[in-house]
Amino acid sequence: MSKPDLVAPGPAEVFAALGDPTRLSLLAKLSDGETRSIAKLSADTKLTRQAVTKHLHVLERAGLVENIRIGRESRFGYKPEPIAEAKSYLDRVSAQWDEALGRLRAFVEG
Amino acid sequence: MTDRIEKSIELNAPIEKVWRALTDYDAFGEWFRVKLEGPFVVGEVTTGRITYPGHEGLKWVSVTERMDAPRLFSFRWPHPADPNADSSTEPSTLVEFHLKPTPTGTHLTIIESGFENLPEDQRMEALRGNEGGWEIQTGNIKAYVEA
Repeated sequence: MSKPDLVAPGPAEVFAALGDPTRLSLLAKLSDGETRSIAKLSADTKLTRQAVTKHLHVLERAGLVENIRIGRESRFGYKPEPIAEAKSYLDRVSAQWDEALGRLRAFVEG
Repeated sequence: MTDRIEKSIELNAPIEKVWRALTDYDAFGEWFRVKLEGPFVVGEVTTGRITYPGHEGLKWVSVTERMDAPRLFSFRWPHPADPNADSSTEPSTLVEFHLKPTPTGTHLTIIESGFENLPEDQRMEALRGNEGGWEIQTGNIKAYVEA
């Protein structure tokens, strides 16, 4: 399912992108803020460049990394915003459960 | 980052009473603020309307997964992209209530998981969006509930 570029990816897409150990380790590498080439990102893994490229595109679609082309080289960099948004979404759901459980408490203890 | 929410709360009420508050559809609706049209039955769909102030009339759909009295009650919240779709095969989050008796009452843990499955749908946005409605009550509750 591709979305128009104008629509920001939602939390679901971010969670789905994060739900993979390879992608998490790629993000962990990039989260220091340095941009890296696909060659560099594949260097100390067992994965082929092709596999790494595929994972990077999933991360890119979720808005978690951006692809920066410098001349003929393609580099990837980390974008923190979607993680912050997904976290604030979970915080909202979490606050709703706090409230609901407060009402449950009143209901069973009252 | 985790894609699940887990909360624990100590309730000064016997486990049977908490079990009833969770699994009796009228009682559930009273504290959760939803008017359900029928009981929770394992494997079956329960429909209703949210009665939470500011969200009145939003549709409730759940599919009951397990009712192992008085220890585990769980249901799926489908988030169908198509309202006419078969709810049982749609992407959903799973809500579990785990109960344990304690010397003073009941230890309740609630887990909601599966957020990675959800398409962007309007109900989700309406219910869980930023806009109004869900006023966050801080205070005593939080101290109890914060895991």
